[in-house]
Amino acid sequence: MKALIQFVENKIQPNFEKGGKFHKFHRSFEAFQTFLYVKGDVTRQGSHIRDAVDMKRTMFHVVIALTPVLLFGMWNAGLQHYRALGMDVSFWNEFWFGFLRVLPIVVVSYVVGLAVEFIFAEIRNHEVNEGFLVSGMLIPLIVPVTTPLWMVALATIFAVIIGKEVFGGTGMNILNPALLARAFLFFAYPAFMSGEIWINTTLREGQALVDGFSGATPLAMLAANEVQNLPSVLEMFLGTIPGSIGETSTLAILIGALILIATGVGSLRIILSVVVGGLFMGLLLNLFSVNEFMAIPPYYHLIMGGFAFGAVFMATDPVTASQTPRGKYIYGFLIGVLTVLIRVLNPAYPEGMMLAILLMNVFAPLIDHYVVEANMKRRLKRMKPSTVKVQA
Amino acid sequence: MPKTIKIRKGLNIPLQGNAERILQPAPAAEVYAVKPPDFHGLIPKMLVKEGEPVKAGTPLFFDKYNERVLFTSPVSGVFQEVVRGEKRRIMEVLIKADGAEDAVNFGAVSPAGMSREEIVERLLKSGTWPFIRQRPFSVIASPADKPKSVFISAFSTAPLAPDLDFVVKGQENHFQTGLDVMAKLTDGDVHLSVDAKNTRSEAFLQAKGVKIHPFEGPHPAGNIGIQIHHIDPINKGDIVWYTDVQDLIIIGRLFAQGIYDPTRIVALTGPEVLNPRYYKVKAGAEVLSFAENNLRRQKDIGLRLISGDVLTGTAIEEKGFLGFYDNQVTVIPEGNHPEFLGWLIPNINRFSMSRTWPSFLMPWKKYRLDTNIRSGERPFVMTGVYEKVLPMDVMPMQLLKAIMINDIDKMENLGIYEVAPEDFALCEYVCPSKIEIQTLIREGLDIIRQEFA
Repeated sequence: MKALIQFVENKIQPNFEKGGKFHKFHRSFEAFQTFLYVKGDVTRQGSHIRDAVDMKRTMFHVVIALTPVLLFGMWNAGLQHYRALGMDVSFWNEFWFGFLRVLPIVVVSYVVGLAVEFIFAEIRNHEVNEGFLVSGMLIPLIVPVTTPLWMVALATIFAVIIGKEVFGGTGMNILNPALLARAFLFFAYPAFMSGEIWINTTLREGQALVDGFSGATPLAMLAANEVQNLPSVLEMFLGTIPGSIGETSTLAILIGALILIATGVGSLRIILSVVVGGLFMGLLLNLFSVNEFMAIPPYYHLIMGGFAFGAVFMATDPVTASQTPRGKYIYGFLIGVLTVLIRVLNPAYPEGMMLAILLMNVFAPLIDHYVVEANMKRRLKRMKPSTVKVQA
Repeated sequence: MPKTIKIRKGLNIPLQGNAERILQPAPAAEVYAVKPPDFHGLIPKMLVKEGEPVKAGTPLFFDKYNERVLFTSPVSGVFQEVVRGEKRRIMEVLIKADGAEDAVNFGAVSPAGMSREEIVERLLKSGTWPFIRQRPFSVIASPADKPKSVFISAFSTAPLAPDLDFVVKGQENHFQTGLDVMAKLTDGDVHLSVDAKNTRSEAFLQAKGVKIHPFEGPHPAGNIGIQIHHIDPINKGDIVWYTDVQDLIIIGRLFAQGIYDPTRIVALTGPEVLNPRYYKVKAGAEVLSFAENNLRRQKDIGLRLISGDVLTGTAIEEKGFLGFYDNQVTVIPEGNHPEFLGWLIPNINRFSMSRTWPSFLMPWKKYRLDTNIRSGERPFVMTGVYEKVLPMDVMPMQLLKAIMINDIDKMENLGIYEVAPEDFALCEYVCPSKIEIQTLIREGLDIIRQEFA
């Protein structure tokens, strides 16, 4: 490996340095270089030693936490497809079918998103940020498996440019880029984002859909007052139900949550308070239950739709969430409350998670503002003039 | 004794090379230096000419903005030269020692019978005044001020910091004299913080004329800024003074013996030291004079010599000198070698506060940490990280952002007067975005100081 590093440093790097042929692309080179190996840069001022953690390692752990969700999503895409056709095929056939449909979406999201990131890094002359390693994986997981690839590409470009780069890049953005991509699709191409789109139902010759096939998500059923058609609690928890690629399995999401919490990358404060907020609002609606949707047990909300995925992977985005410890509780709680509120009381949007998080993203700075104000007030309160100057 | 103040936030960095409690004899250094950059914001005006003989206590230069504050020679010898850096800034004032131990006699007196003005005058003339520093701003105290109170920490929690119980042994009287001097300088209290679990020395626990505050917890519990925050926080307009145990011993010696003798007990520590031990040396001594034969010299591995601890110390050259305030020299390996997929491969020799590295599974392990920075600088992304290592009611990220945008009102309201770069050293250490936080805090303090100068 030493030889490889030496080759990169001695043979390739000079081309990208000042005066080199490819100096224009030195930020892109740097990104690949630092991906391949940690450079020998040492501390110049301040603390002489630094913690081993960096953005790459942090982001990489989120990607690891997303892996169970991704794998389950692939299998479920196949499972739903063959169920709709009434066919009984092996686990590997189901997985393979889903794998072939999901992988292209992941590839498109990464390639397009990273391309935009690299271009902006060169234009603005800053290092390529690792944030998109996570966004690039989140975007495929929150779209239906039937989404056309060009739409994924368009949404990704929109999210990275309007969601992130116009504000100055990773760390400066107000809205969660992945959710912004989803919202873009939702409002720009509503026909592709609601209705019978959750299951790939392309038919080959000789195949036909089973009688009475609906393909609706549990939330859509509830919105249509079809509570009797709901899948069992176990099915909703395991995730063998229609929905966006990564959102269906609460179990797989829980595994990811455990990884995020164990490594300290995800904020337990936010995850817990979103759950508490959701349960609280669910209970409150139970008190006024005038229809079946309002009467469902509150924990149903946690295992239906994107609630669990949003709580664990979207609300916890450190850049767009509240940044103060106290603010995180308020931020999370309100996301939970708003999600259930939108789901139950707004007939236009059966899914409330996306809009609740985006809305709270906008309000997070306001929450922080009041938490910071409180700190300032504590400081002012203890003020009492006590120093006496003596004339020299 | 008052109730123990428990510090819960913080981090002890498990670095190899803690000094054994053995005082190793060391030959006297040939060259000594007083380094103006040790004193933030100082512009030195020279008082001696090259080749002029000096005694211990002879003034070498003074502060342009505070002419009463003198800086004196630590030893007798000849003023050799001034070493200048960029823009002709004076970096080092070198004294070639003659080994004669000639010292200016200021006369032995007891502080008890002296007035405040006499004491201040004596400290200024002897060159011991710079040992007294002030908060806010963490700079040399102004003789024109009268502080609200005085703070001294009788323990240090910095990585591999010297054990002050060991250091004070045999110098208890000088320490108490130093405390008596400080008591005369303020109408308020003299606060002495001790380690609730480990401080045993009578010099600290039975100290007279002071208020004793036991502290417990990880680094930075031993930092004076954290202690002030928990005992009697600084508000806008307040001035408090602080000093170190060893600095106080030097002041005590000045009163008991009438001479300026900046002898310290310095811990030579770190993973690249063969036998980490204590040495008796004078402030400003050439570090290699006592460290030379105790360093692990390996081919291909450079050494970083640090005067001070690994978080806040100053990097010095091979032929560098001990800093004015430093009681410790740390030697760690340079990290200027690339590492293939170093951010990805689980490596049990890396230490991290975050649980993304396996170090959290081995709390007993000590590490040989190097100077590799491991990543380029990024904007703030992760939140809630600094809060884990800053045991103050100060919002670190918000304060840093206020400094970045130069918002003076916000800095004041968020507590800039209570902080110093050293209090944020751990934040800088743990920062996943590798932001130069100590430099940033210093910038903020400078902005405020200029604004109200």
